Amino acid sequence: MDKVRQVSVFSENKPGRIQKITGIFGEEGINILAISITSTNGFGIIKLLVDKCDLAYEKLKEHGFTVKLSEVLAIEMKDSPGGLHEVSQILSDKGINIENAYVYVVESRARAYLLVEVKDIEKAREILAGSNLNFFRHEDF
Amino acid sequence: MIWNKQAECMPAHELKSLQLERLRETVRLAGENVPHYKKQFADMKLKPSSITSLNDISKLPFTSKTDLRDGFPFGMFAVPQSDIVEIHTSSGTTGKPIVVGYTRSDIDLWGEVMARCLSMAGTTRDDIIQNGYGYGLFTGGLGVHYGAQKIGATVVPISAGNTKRQIEIMRDLGTTIITCTPSYALYLAESAEEEGLLPRKKIKLRAGCFGAEMWTEKMRDEIESRFKIMALNIYGLTELIGPGVANECEHKNGLHIFEDYFYPEVISPETLQTLPEGETGELVLTTLSRVGTPMIRFRTRDITSLHREPCKCGRTVVRMARITGRSDDMIKVRGVLIFPSQIERALLEIKDVEPQYQIVITRPHHLDELEVQVELSKKMFSDEIRHIEEFRRKIEDNIERTINLRVKVSLVEPKSLPRSEGKAKRVIDKREI
Ligand SMILES: [Zn+2]
Repeated sequence: MDKVRQVSVFSENKPGRIQKITGIFGEEGINILAISITSTNGFGIIKLLVDKCDLAYEKLKEHGFTVKLSEVLAIEMKDSPGGLHEVSQILSDKGINIENAYVYVVESRARAYLLVEVKDIEKAREILAGSNLNFFRHEDF
Repeated sequence: MIWNKQAECMPAHELKSLQLERLRETVRLAGENVPHYKKQFADMKLKPSSITSLNDISKLPFTSKTDLRDGFPFGMFAVPQSDIVEIHTSSGTTGKPIVVGYTRSDIDLWGEVMARCLSMAGTTRDDIIQNGYGYGLFTGGLGVHYGAQKIGATVVPISAGNTKRQIEIMRDLGTTIITCTPSYALYLAESAEEEGLLPRKKIKLRAGCFGAEMWTEKMRDEIESRFKIMALNIYGLTELIGPGVANECEHKNGLHIFEDYFYPEVISPETLQTLPEGETGELVLTTLSRVGTPMIRFRTRDITSLHREPCKCGRTVVRMARITGRSDDMIKVRGVLIFPSQIERALLEIKDVEPQYQIVITRPHHLDELEVQVELSKKMFSDEIRHIEEFRRKIEDNIERTINLRVKVSLVEPKSLPRSEGKAKRVIDKREI
């Protein structure tokens, strides 16, 4: 099971924040693979799956953003209507609660991953080790 | 320990008659000799003889910092310069400094009240006082110095700054009493910890008088627990004399004002009416024995309240509550008076929140709205939005508890609020009234 990390960024809800991030990534040649935005009461957290995670973290910090790196589970989903259902069924059978999730589609390989945030990632990895789920492979970047 | 039992534990009626006698003398002296008061009393057709009771003090005009500035340099002096033995000035954020002068008897008075303050911290002639207040035009250093000498304690005039030296002196000379600003005391504690002197190795520190800036009970707890000492709050201001107007006794339930020398009133900063005892408002002080620069009803701008319930220490003089704000910073929102310092306190009570904030007042639909923008600190950040939201709610709730008004708290990005060199601009009033 390869480790997958996401970059989380604090942002006020005001115009231009995402452009600022994409602008920085453009200059540094960082590609965004998947993005999730949650917001409430005037602020939000932008979560990004990128190809150069450490570089993205450093550059955002340099530009004054409040950033954090954290790990997510990247579970392959079958490219069929029941794909998401199947994955979430297995997670709930194993007692793993999804804190937050978003999707990454690998276009060239016609594969999709469900990026899942859980409370205790080490434990979740252990529990899922014997399951018949497929996880992210680095060659998909 | 009570330095002057006769003065500090005087029965109320005796104190009142002493105050009246001294007030009348002060009004006479000021009216006859201080150019500023001479003109003002003449304009108001006020005769010193019209002061026949302490309540008559309300007939007298207030004195503001501006009056002192306008009188620069010697417009507030009641005696010829040859009778002045020392001068102090305090610079404001704007304009000319203010100048106060001390005769020999004023310096004596200063030493007396400072001896009372230091005695409250238990200081005797056997003590070594490390005086970390600045010596020079600032009154802190010399005020403590005169008090220490009056007691006969050993004073180390180290002045402010040079932390490494402070720590060495504390260890090598065996300092027992320290005087400095509370924020510097905390800084010293940090350095002492780094040097391995804390927790309590090789130091003999027992107590300290901390003041010259606004501070909180939380800071006191921290100073006391880190140094394992008694930390007392001292109050004073250059316009009146310097430090030594009031100090806490060991019971730490307000600062005893030395009423035989300083007459306190609390007024409403809005109506300027004197408030009943116990109510919160602006402290106004009148000097009762100052000769060089007597001060009548000086508006300190400090927000406090006065309390006369008996104190366990046996002193009969009034106590003032810890200062909670400045009347010049006061804002009125939906009829409620609010001080930015109250909001700051509410913020700091929450762990991991830093005091980087701004208050924005608007009136969108004929009703005032108060928004407090708080910068997210590193420690507040989490990649789970509900954790951050929890912080936001906690801040909202705590501010509401403190000022009795629901406000909107917005979290903003770190370092996004304007920074300034001097006093930060905390309040932005966008109301069009
Ligand atoms: Zn007392």
